[in-house]
Amino acid sequence: MNVILIAVCVLGLIGLASAVVLFVVSHKFAVHEDPRIAQVGDVLPQANCGGCGFPGCSGFAAACVKAADEGSLEGKLCPVGGQPVMEQVASILGMTVEIGAPKVAVVRCNGTCENRPRLVEFDGAKSCRVQQMTGMGETGCGYGCLGCGDCVNKCQFDALRMNVETGLPEVDEEKCTACGACSKACPRGIIEIRLKGPKGRRVVVLCNNKDKGAIANKACKASCIGCGKCVKTCEKFEAITLENNLAYIDAEKCKMCRKCEEACPKGAIHGFNFPPKKEKPATTEQQVEQNV
Amino acid sequence: MKTFKIGGVHPAENKLSAASPIREAALPKQAVFSMFQHIGAPAKPVVQKGDEVKVGTLLAEAGSFVSAPIHSSVSGKVTKVDAVLDASGTRRLAVYVDVEGDEWEESIDRSSTLVKQSDRTELDSKAIVEKIKNAGIVGMGGATFPCHVKLSPPPGSKAECVIINAVECEPYLTADHRLMLEHPEEILVGLQLIMKAVDVQKGYIGIENNKPDAIALMTEKAKDYEGIEIVPLKVKYPQGGEKQLIDAVIGRQVPAPPAIPISVGAVVQNVGTAFAIYQAVMKNKPLIDRIITVTGKSVKQPSNLLARLGTPFQQLIDECGGLPEDTGKIIGGGPMMGKALLSLDIPMTKGSSGLLIMNEKEARRVEPQPCICCAKCVSACPMGLEPYLLSKQSKLEDWEGAEKNDVVSCIECGSCQFTCPSHRPLLDMIRLGKLTVMGIIKSRAAK
Repeated sequence: MNVILIAVCVLGLIGLASAVVLFVVSHKFAVHEDPRIAQVGDVLPQANCGGCGFPGCSGFAAACVKAADEGSLEGKLCPVGGQPVMEQVASILGMTVEIGAPKVAVVRCNGTCENRPRLVEFDGAKSCRVQQMTGMGETGCGYGCLGCGDCVNKCQFDALRMNVETGLPEVDEEKCTACGACSKACPRGIIEIRLKGPKGRRVVVLCNNKDKGAIANKACKASCIGCGKCVKTCEKFEAITLENNLAYIDAEKCKMCRKCEEACPKGAIHGFNFPPKKEKPATTEQQVEQNV
Repeated sequence: MKTFKIGGVHPAENKLSAASPIREAALPKQAVFSMFQHIGAPAKPVVQKGDEVKVGTLLAEAGSFVSAPIHSSVSGKVTKVDAVLDASGTRRLAVYVDVEGDEWEESIDRSSTLVKQSDRTELDSKAIVEKIKNAGIVGMGGATFPCHVKLSPPPGSKAECVIINAVECEPYLTADHRLMLEHPEEILVGLQLIMKAVDVQKGYIGIENNKPDAIALMTEKAKDYEGIEIVPLKVKYPQGGEKQLIDAVIGRQVPAPPAIPISVGAVVQNVGTAFAIYQAVMKNKPLIDRIITVTGKSVKQPSNLLARLGTPFQQLIDECGGLPEDTGKIIGGGPMMGKALLSLDIPMTKGSSGLLIMNEKEARRVEPQPCICCAKCVSACPMGLEPYLLSKQSKLEDWEGAEKNDVVSCIECGSCQFTCPSHRPLLDMIRLGKLTVMGIIKSRAAK
């Protein structure tokens, strides 16, 4: 009986002493974290994709709170959650937030197996970055898609798929959150995070080739040869610029008239999500003028 | 017999062209001179479209201290200064010359009489280095590091000996072997010049003992040259690596970068470089040609060609019996460290030591299997690295980890990948890691 009592007392005392030590330490060395960081963290998607530019969702939450204390949430955007999540974040922090138009990843290469014949075969490690180190890659185009799927591996949202027939990655616009992970993974910078456009409609130059016309033309049937025809058709809106033998359409200035698409002799300019063309193109022209 | 201490492998030698004497390749119709024939800044063209050039005329000047000038290897007319697809697989600036006749600059001595150092005692160290610099000589073993940079040691370091790299450990290649058999005295004079340039009394020539005829001949000839010793070495790849050779010959280990061979008192030059130095200093001949081994199991006539720089590879292959039908891969350099070429129109450069044509069976890589953790790559690595780990870290983009494990020390010899029983593409990934980490270190230093 005595032995049991002693044991209970000793253990009880040790427990009590430990509890006191833990209590004191937890108060003495407590790290005061702004409770709003946890609250903001809770509404974030927890994908930890890094698309916001911060190390994971907790990093972004801390950055938001800090920015709110400084007076503005400008420039902070969770590309995954988009507007609804940012509104929630803003309401927790007692701020308002303005979100830009939604964006989407666009693969700026149309060098399908048909358009761009494979001249050699790459048999090294299956990685775009490794293939990029060997120079041009399998085709005559030193700027186009390498086709090993580094971008597909990086996508956290299952929004990219490799199309076996074309050898190019395809973006699922529904799933894409424009986090930009694929764009960073691409060693050739082919994937652009671009304005999704009204009703998802947008006009894009699907080529990244900066070689001179003759070389680009030889390498791929669908390459931009830098002829500048599209620039001329767009003189009114000045949305198209030609730099390093490559045309680029500024999504903010583009009026979606699709004249450049018709003008391009190589078919390098593509319109996305437009309804099938009407028989009288004149009507669209008038509409555009009305819009302007 | 001496060899290096850590790692190494034994690939099949396949020296098919060892018995074929050096012969001159025909002049090309058009020669193309890439401005990127060396490590360092690209050369700057000094000629324009329409200029007439002779053999030995300066086409481009050095872009900075670590760079080398480029001379025309043919006579004719400059047709354009434009991009060309070169052995790196990218399009880069080059000078195109259409060949007309074969007219040489008058300053070049084309006779084959041997000029000994005792005939030209007025040449001092500075004059030798200056001549080497103006002749555009780079490391001819394949790394193409500008030669004059190695011969101008940084202040505070002093060379104690010169080592000539006549190992030729790459399978298939025989250019250096033939050069030693056909021009032994020129090489010895070249070595004397290098010794004088860096002011040392001791010179070694390291030769692997799979070339007994070269060892015997060089030992015989070296008797007349003071301070030069021929060192026979046990066959092991990659003995031709600079650090491995220093370890094998004088038993010193070069520490990890930023240490360089001069830190342990050694200056290493390739045997082809020694020959080019002899020609540049004694004969006033800039670097305009080199010996290239064209070989392969299916090639009709594996040969060692003395070819002018800028000659397209297609022509060299034609001279050796044409491209075999079962060609699977064409490699610029040797099978271990060479690079597969994208096209046969690529012109040869100062670093083209070989042209290897692999048949389909040899060329095909085996499908990689998972790592079985056998650590064969660790035993094989001549730098004492852990290739399986570095390749994994590169794949996971753990650049910090790769840097900690010394990925920048990798000499890209390929021993790990050669020895891997699972045929994993170890070097592919390590090379990616090395490149990225070097970039990170550079940007950190710039801050």
